[in-house]
Amino acid sequence: MIEMQGVSFGYHEGEQLLSDMTLSLQPGSFHFLTGPSGSGKTTFLRLCYADLLPSAGGLQVFGQDVRGLSRDAIALLRRRVGVVHQDTQFLDHLPVAENIALPLTVSGQPIDMQALKQLLGWVQMGPHARTLPPSLSGGERQRAALARAVILSPEVVLADEPTGNLDWDMSMRLIQLLVELNRSGKTVLIATHDLNLIRATKTMVSARVLRIAGKKLQLAGADL
Amino acid sequence: MRKSDLKSLDIASLWRGLTRSDAGIADRVVPPTGFTAQLTLFAAGAMAFLAVFALALTLATGRLAERWSEALAQTITVRISAAPDQVEAQTSAVLEALRTTPGAGNAHVVSDDEVEELLEPWFGPGVPVDALPVPRLIEVTGSTRDFDAAALRLRLEAEAPDAVIDDHTSWRQPLVTAANRLRVLGIMSLALIAAASGAMITLAAKAALAANGQVIRVMRLIGARDITIATAFVRRFTRRAALGAAGGTALGTLAIFVLPDMSDAGGFLTGLGFQGWGWLLPLAIPVLSAGIGFLATRWAALGMLRKIP
Repeated sequence: MIEMQGVSFGYHEGEQLLSDMTLSLQPGSFHFLTGPSGSGKTTFLRLCYADLLPSAGGLQVFGQDVRGLSRDAIALLRRRVGVVHQDTQFLDHLPVAENIALPLTVSGQPIDMQALKQLLGWVQMGPHARTLPPSLSGGERQRAALARAVILSPEVVLADEPTGNLDWDMSMRLIQLLVELNRSGKTVLIATHDLNLIRATKTMVSARVLRIAGKKLQLAGADL
Repeated sequence: MRKSDLKSLDIASLWRGLTRSDAGIADRVVPPTGFTAQLTLFAAGAMAFLAVFALALTLATGRLAERWSEALAQTITVRISAAPDQVEAQTSAVLEALRTTPGAGNAHVVSDDEVEELLEPWFGPGVPVDALPVPRLIEVTGSTRDFDAAALRLRLEAEAPDAVIDDHTSWRQPLVTAANRLRVLGIMSLALIAAASGAMITLAAKAALAANGQVIRVMRLIGARDITIATAFVRRFTRRAALGAAGGTALGTLAIFVLPDMSDAGGFLTGLGFQGWGWLLPLAIPVLSAGIGFLATRWAALGMLRKIP
């Protein structure tokens, strides 16, 4: 689904944040991406949904070379990748339900109100359907962001530090939702620096752990 | 505007968006922006108001040029300033020459009463025409293109040496030229108004786009195509341009309607209005304004969106 061959990226000419990364995300897999703050986890995810383009190497998403894609093709690609952003990225003037339904709106699909209600119920946001995002707590925002990420039934779900501002119970609730998605066949990649969360998740699902260290992507193992 | 921008023109969805009172969530994706909304409405209204006058000026000068050109081209005057004992003989000679000149039209000797009437505005009523050295005037109307004034002049030099032909060319041409230039100025004014409207709407649209950077960013991240995002702005600005222009056009047309009628006072300025089907022409202004708003916003939006990943 996502194939990287020697991908490098730097925000400035001559400076590389990520270097020579090779990876193949298989359908239905569950991955964690870990590493210290500033190591490039968010940048790595942004490469995966073509928000950034590699400065070197080959990156294919759903078999398409992202560097050869038009702007419209990138938009279509993003509809197949659900992303839970670290800062959730809502439109603050629209109620939660409309924010969640936004991917349907921008892709010109009709909104099935019954399905939307079920989705709100799944992330336990039913009572907040008409609430504006600024009034939500951190956990509620993350759950709403997850609902928006999956409303188009994407093949891949990427989550960037989804539990960063949440307490343990709320973090586990969110992780359980992501595990449920994985069990339904979605490929899941979660960027986090919380090793306890990774350990707890591995008791629920078979997850591989990737680590960014020294600008390189490594496969982490028994030390977790 | 790039060719690709025109390829993806979705006129049908734009029309639906314009005609529906609420285009739904797609329209609410962009938050309401009071300042740019008012600016666009005001600019479109003011420009439409001016456009009505420019249009009226263009039509009026066109009519004027045509009227002067036609009326004067069909009329000539022959003036006979001969000694009293030769006036009648030369008048008969001129009339005979006119009668036998192809395309000369109908000749009519201006009577003393008519001369008195002509002089009344300058000398007041009861002018003693007999006591004044007023030349004999022959008015010729209905001249056609066949009429050859130069040939008639040559003939009259021999048969009526004191007769002078005035085909009004000397003062007709500058008037017609002036009227035509006024018409060109009116058309230029309309073009400038359209360009200024486009510039103002572009600025307002760019301000709205800049103020909604986060909205655009979020829409791109969740898979919105540029055209989808642009349409949300385009629909809004097109509607505002059309509404503002409709108001300005209504006011401008009303102002033209209440101008004094041409028959009341005469003169060029009082003829500055619409006639017949011409009253329908201002209806095109809101439509054109909507078109300008559509193209200006689309150009601004797509240009700005290309800078966002």
